[in-house]
Formats: sequence, C-alpha cells, structure tokens
Amino acid sequence: MTAVLEAHGLGRRYRRRWALSDCTLKIPAGQVVGLVGPNGAGKTTLLHLAVGLLQPTAGTIEVLGDRPAASPAQLARVGFVAQDTPTYSGLTVADHLRLGAHLNPGWDARTASDRIERLGLDPRQRAGKLSGGQRAQLALTLALAKKPGLLILDEPVASLDPLARREFLQSLMEAVVDQGLSVVLSSHLVADLERACDYLIVLIDSRVQISGEVDHLLGTHHLLTGPRRDPARLPEGQQVISASHTDRQTTLTVRSEGPIHDPAWVVSKIGLEDLVLAYMSRTVGAERRPALEVQR
Amino acid sequence: MIEFHLDAHSGVAPYLQLIHQVRQALRLDLLSEGDQLPTVKDVVGRLAINPNTVLKAYRELEYEGLVAARPGLGTFVTRTLGDGSPATIAPLRRELQRWLAKARRTGLDDESIEALMLTTFRSATEGEENIA
Amino acid sequence: MIWLTWRQFRAQTVAAASLLALLAIAFAVTGPQLAHLYDTTVATCHTQHDCPIAINAFQSEDSFLQSLVRLVMLAAPALIGIFWGAPLIAHELEAGTQRLAWTQSVTRLRWLAVKLGLAGLASMAAAGLLSLMVTWWSGPFDRIGAGRMDPSIFSERGIVPVGYAAFAFALGVTAGLLIRRTVPAMAVTLAVFAAVVSGFALRVRFHLLPPVRLVSALNMSWVTQTGIGGPAGPNSLLVSITPNVPGAWISSSQVTTAAGSTSLGPPPPTCGANSTYSACTAAIGRMHLRQVIIYQPGSRFWALQWYETAIYLALALALAGFCVWWVRRRVS
Repeated sequence: MTAVLEAHGLGRRYRRRWALSDCTLKIPAGQVVGLVGPNGAGKTTLLHLAVGLLQPTAGTIEVLGDRPAASPAQLARVGFVAQDTPTYSGLTVADHLRLGAHLNPGWDARTASDRIERLGLDPRQRAGKLSGGQRAQLALTLALAKKPGLLILDEPVASLDPLARREFLQSLMEAVVDQGLSVVLSSHLVADLERACDYLIVLIDSRVQISGEVDHLLGTHHLLTGPRRDPARLPEGQQVISASHTDRQTTLTVRSEGPIHDPAWVVSKIGLEDLVLAYMSRTVGAERRPALEVQR
Repeated sequence: MIEFHLDAHSGVAPYLQLIHQVRQALRLDLLSEGDQLPTVKDVVGRLAINPNTVLKAYRELEYEGLVAARPGLGTFVTRTLGDGSPATIAPLRRELQRWLAKARRTGLDDESIEALMLTTFRSATEGEENIA
Repeated sequence: MIWLTWRQFRAQTVAAASLLALLAIAFAVTGPQLAHLYDTTVATCHTQHDCPIAINAFQSEDSFLQSLVRLVMLAAPALIGIFWGAPLIAHELEAGTQRLAWTQSVTRLRWLAVKLGLAGLASMAAAGLLSLMVTWWSGPFDRIGAGRMDPSIFSERGIVPVGYAAFAFALGVTAGLLIRRTVPAMAVTLAVFAAVVSGFALRVRFHLLPPVRLVSALNMSWVTQTGIGGPAGPNSLLVSITPNVPGAWISSSQVTTAAGSTSLGPPPPTCGANSTYSACTAAIGRMHLRQVIIYQPGSRFWALQWYETAIYLALALALAGFCVWWVRRRVS
C-alpha cells in the first residue's frame, strides 16, 4: 500500500527549542489517521510541515510521493483546514467559493454548492458573521471541493460546541465515503478521535511516542493489576509504559506483542484514552514527580 | 430500515456493537429477508464513525451468511436468525407480559423486577453451562 | 489569483478612483479659466508694467484648490504605501489567512508575484494619472519664478510621483512582511518614507547631474544688501545678491573678488556712515567684483525627473525582490 505521508528523522527548530524532533512516520493510504497529544506537543508543527507552510530544520518529509508544496499539482492533491479555521472575514461565503474556483484547477463547483446548500449557509453572508461551526464547515467545504487525495485538519473541532462538533465529524466521514479520502486529523482530546480514526499517532513532547492501527494498539496494550512488584522484573518483550503503586498493589500499563501468561497479574483491556494518558504520564513523570514529593 | 446507535463507553468495539444490533433487529423482526441495511454513508453520516468500522461489521455479517452485498445497490438481508419466528415469539412475549403484571401487583418496583430477571437468567444460563 | 487580488483591494481601488474623479472634475472646471487668466494678466504683465500686482493676484486664484493640490500631492504617495502596501502581506499574517491562501493550488511565488504586480502597477498608475492632471492644471503657476525646479514643486510634478508611489508601496509591503502587523507597519512605512524622500530631495537631488557653475561680473541689479562685517572679518565688505535666473534651481550664490576670494577687503571710502546708497553701490561697481552662482538650469527638469524616478523605481524593485525571497524562504 502506498504511504500518504512519509517522514524520516523530521525535525523543526525555533531559535533554540525543537518543536518537533526525530519524527519518523509512514502513514498508509485509505485511513482516517488521528494525531493526538497535549497542547504544545508539536502537532501543528508536524501538520504545517506536511502542507509546506514550514520548512524542515532536519530530516525529510514526503506527502503523496512529493515534497510538500513543491508544485501547484502537489498543492492540489492535499487539502488543509488550519487551526481555528481561518477564513477571510470580509468575504462572503459565495466569495470564498469563487476563491476556491479561481485558485484550484481541480475545483468541483457542484460539490461545493451542494454542500453549502445542504449545510444551510447563506451565500451572501460574510464569513466574519458566521458561527464557529459554520466557519469550520465552510473551511471543510473549501478543502473538499478541490478534490484532494489527502485531507489534513488541525484541531478542527477544538473550539466547537458538542453539536457543531458532531455535525462536523458526520460531514467529514460522509465525505470520506464519497471521495475515498485519506484523512489526518489532530486533536488534544482522544474522545474526538476515537470514533473516527482507525490509525493513531501519539505525539508528546515533540516526539512520536507510538503509532499504528487502532485495533493493533488496543490489542497489544494491556492493563495489569497485581500485588506490589518491581516493574523491572517483567519478562522480555513486555514493555512497561506507565506504572503506579500503592503500598500493596501495582498497576501497570504494558505493551506486549504476545499474550501475558503470568498468573499473578489480572490482565484487562485498556481504552484508547487511558492508553494515551499512560504515554503522557511516562514522558511527564520524570520531570513532574520530584516536585510533588517535595510538596508532600 | 433500521438505525444504528453507538455506546462509546461500553468497552465493546464499535463494529461488534453494529453486528449485535443487526442480529438483535433480525431476532425482533425489525429486519426481514430482502430488507436493505443502511448504506455505509448513511451510518457514517449519523454516527460520525470510521467507514472501515461499518465495512468490517458488514463483512463479518456477510461471512456469517446473514447479509449479502450487491455492488452498486447496497447490502441486503439474506436470512433471518432461525431461532425466533413470529409464531414462537408472540406467545412467549404474552407470557412474559403476564408475569410482569403479576410481579408489579406484588408491589415490586421496576429495579427489583429487573434485578430478579437478570439474576435468574444468569444463574439459569450458568446452570446450563455447568450441566453441558 | 487576479480575481482575489482585485477583491481584496476593491475598497482601496474604488476610494482612489473616486478621489481621482473628483479631482478631475475640479480641474476640468477651473483649469481652462486659470490658463486664460494667466494669458491675459501675467503673460502680458511686462508690457503693462504691473508684474508684481498681476502675479500676486494670479497666485491667489483658486487658493483652496491650490492648497488641496499641494496636500494631495504631498500625501498621495505615502498614503499609497500605507493603504495599499502595508496590508498586502501583513493583513494575511495578522489574520492567519495565509494558512488558507498558501494551501490552495497556487504557489507562494505566484501568490506574491500577482499581488505585488497588480497592486504595484495600480498604485503607479494612480500616481501617474494624478500627477498628469496636477501638472497640467498647475502649468500656469509653474511658469512663475523658479516654478517646477523649486524643490518642493519638483516632487509634485512630472513622473517622480510614480517613482514615489512605487517606492512607498514596496516599502509598505516590506514593512508589513517583517513586522507582521498592519498598523505598526503603516506607521513605520510613513516614517521611513518621509525620511528617505525629504533626505533625498534636500541632499541628493541637486547632485544627480553636475551643477552649472556660473562665474561672471557682478550684476548690480541683483545686489540686495551691502554692509560691513560677516565671516571674512569685522572690517570686510559684505555684499549679498539675489540672482534671477528664470526657471533655475539656485543652490548658492556668492560675491568674490576678481581673483576669486570671498574676502572682499575693506569697503570703499564712499561706503561710510555719511554716504548715500547709490554712491556706495557705484563705488562697489568699480571694484570689478564677480559673482559665482551654482545652479541647475530649468532645461534639466526632465533629465532630473528621469534620474530620480529611476532611482526610486530601482529601490522599489530591490524591496520587492527581497520580499519575494523572504516569503519563499522564511515565513510560515
């Protein structure tokens, strides 16, 4: 299967801080990919590198087989909805569609006007007067009507109310079915992504912690509870992601390709949100815990 | 046409939930032979879930022989689940309704009735398994 | 891309066109009358021996419009830079809409090139049209005195306003690109533009072509003041002249001895406390003094205009080139 996005050692530095470092990914086509991580983890940086808004400081990235923004043809193949869905507040909805038609040779005017009508947007309304949900739908329409092969969205539903959020995702999923799109969608909330994504990338502290098909991730991560024990004594092939102890009990989140046979452990499944939280606490643990000890 | 719903917090994989709902609809006669299942686009447009999830569920149902996909037309039910024809279900339902009326007359509230039904069902099932 | 540029600058273009139209109407109404008045009063004033009166009367005609024209010509290039140049990129970066514009199917180079090209040409055309109208209407006024060679008038006639507009525009775009906020960019553009233009007019313009140095016998009708003292010493003769070279831009004028020294020596005896002005001037006339005048003749008006415009256009092009390079390499 061809990869829609391939990155090798990708990194981006601002002055002295690395916003993204050592990122190696191979995202397959035909999937809805979720990019999850806390604020400031580097999600926007990665997505901006993918659409050519940023140049890499280190490493390489290829999207749909070509350097991002390398040519008008490459730009036409990738649709992008930026964070907070920027639109020209002085231009009307109809003006935005005209903008799309003039700037994109592959523009499908029919798709665009059908969507606007179905969404109930007034073509003569200025974009600045639209609600957050309506603006997001307008931005999505602009990205979809140019008929891309890959659609990239940066936290598209972060500032939307629950109803607008649901409507946006419904709309997006319908378009995936209609156009056979690959999608990369970022969010700092796992719940947003859980329904829609079948591939997940966890980005914490400017690094990729883990990536893979959601089914595979859920199948290879387990929650282990049992009597208090030193996690370092787990067998090979079982990697501890996070651990918490009380005086009697140990709870571990473990990653293991094979099944876990140790009878001392109670093995249970783990939800996606808890999986991501386990990775977050692993990265944060080293810096944060000493401070807590002192406070106690 | 049936409508799917998703319980995001049940811990059950979404595609399994869809399969379960189709089977339940077949059992309760909400779906009969020849009926069309909602299109992938319809399901995805209502639930905002990944299309591959729906495809996986429909493929599994097809593998079980319950539905068949006709390219360009949709996915259609090919056979019902044999265990319950309307003739066998209707008298059972009536008996259950009578029992419920009786339970209410004794003064039990809804929660107690539900608990009674579930525990009896579970212990009966376990009993059968132990015997089998 | 052309449509988008037009749509984004529609308001500014309509405003500029309306102002130009209003001015054109005012000029069309008053212009011919002014020309006629000039021909009948000032042009014939020598024969009627009432030049100072005729000139004075003429110069106070349509004084409101004259002041308006001066204000407009002073402000127009700067305003073009501020309202057409500064928002070009700054507005996009401020609102974050470059994330929309640069992810359509148009490269950043094409996006900037079309915007710069169209808006730049439009500003130059507007300035050119304005200058054309103003130069035509002001024709009669400019034939009086130093006229169009006068430093402040020179900047408001001919083709230099086109160069100024191009420079102000390019400066505005650059400021907007580097500062990334529209209002601060506007302020910086105004400040830098004013500094460059006034500095150039004061110090550089005169030297664009080697000035003419005229050395001749002292023309007594140009003498305006005689006295004693001054930089040459407390006992030295001091003679000041106001040369009258029609249409010329005079930079300096000095009175020297026949040998070329600015120290004129002691005053002649007839210029003491008891003498008359005419006796003194007659005595000075016999001293064989000379005058040294450094000026740019009026005939060089167009040559200077072309040189100055070329320099400003070159500056504008350099700034535009920098913007293109910067946008492609550095901005996100």
